[in-house]
Amino acid sequence: MLAHVIPFCLAVIGLAMILNLVRLIRGPSPADRILALDTLYINALALIVLLGIRQASELFFEAALLIAAMGFVGTVAAGKYLSRGDILD
Amino acid sequence: MPFWIEALVSLFLVLGSLFALIGAIGLYRLPDFYTRLHAPTKATTLGVGGMVIASMLFFAGRPEGPSLHELLLTLFLFISAPVSAHMLARAALRRRLPVNGRTRGKPW
Amino acid sequence: MSGFRWLAHPTLTLLLTVIWLMLANTFGFGHLLLGLLLGWAIPLLCRDFLIAMPRVRRPFRLGLFVLQVFADILVANLHVARLVLGPEARLNPAFVEVPMAIEDEFVLALLTNIISLTPGTVSADLDVERRTLLLHALDAPDPARLVAEVKRRYETPLLEIFQCSPT
Repeated sequence: MLAHVIPFCLAVIGLAMILNLVRLIRGPSPADRILALDTLYINALALIVLLGIRQASELFFEAALLIAAMGFVGTVAAGKYLSRGDILD
Repeated sequence: MPFWIEALVSLFLVLGSLFALIGAIGLYRLPDFYTRLHAPTKATTLGVGGMVIASMLFFAGRPEGPSLHELLLTLFLFISAPVSAHMLARAALRRRLPVNGRTRGKPW
Repeated sequence: MSGFRWLAHPTLTLLLTVIWLMLANTFGFGHLLLGLLLGWAIPLLCRDFLIAMPRVRRPFRLGLFVLQVFADILVANLHVARLVLGPEARLNPAFVEVPMAIEDEFVLALLTNIISLTPGTVSADLDVERRTLLLHALDAPDPARLVAEVKRRYETPLLEIFQCSPT
């Protein structure tokens, strides 16, 4: 059963990532783009978890954790930059 | 692997990926930034949380014994999602991003 | 600073130890010791940045509250899913100001995060001086009811669980 479910989930997540990508390109504001990027990060996490199940390997867990941490730090840093304004003073 | 574990894993995977898709649809089609913020923070987080739980069940069903470190990933996601949403919302308010016409109440 | 405390933050020590054991994915004695060492050293090194956690007055109530929040997260997701997939005219977005009775910083941060995760609301801005929280709700036909709901479901239990003075 998993042999059929995993490709289906991969396709669904792929579709979700395409939608995120459209929002990333269309914007219109930088905040929208950061939000789209953050969602892309989380969906990439889902892809890695799926890959881990498909390969029956726990090696992917560390990669997933790193991506989660990077995504969070990146989003917070970008959000902070945005709320302070784009002039460095 | 017993059939019921496989069925449970499949259920969580399908539900999780569908929630991730709903989050992406919301991000794509809702009218303004503040409404768009809702979809990824809730739907996508829960979706990926569901998939991580599926992964935990999957690895628990193997002879090596249960593994709990996937829970850590879910925990991290559930802690980080509201924080980043709050940061982005505050940034958007500072920048006075346009609000959808139907919104009631004044943010500033 | 009032004296040097060797155990800077006991709760955090416990939490860090558990997280270390989960990360290492074993429950061996060596990892337990290493986890305890890390859990002791990390709070000590960053004790100046930590917010003091108020004492939990009702642990049993806290457990119930956590379960309730998880249930609410599930409900919130079904709700958001219905709104996202439904027609756009069904949306009633609103900015709502909620006055806060909680004084403690830690509990306030907890409440802000819980609100972001649960039914149809994201906390957008926290005005510390005026003690109000600005929420953005995806579907709030009646803002006054939303304020009452937030206060009843989350603020009152938190005030009861943690020992902090209601204003």
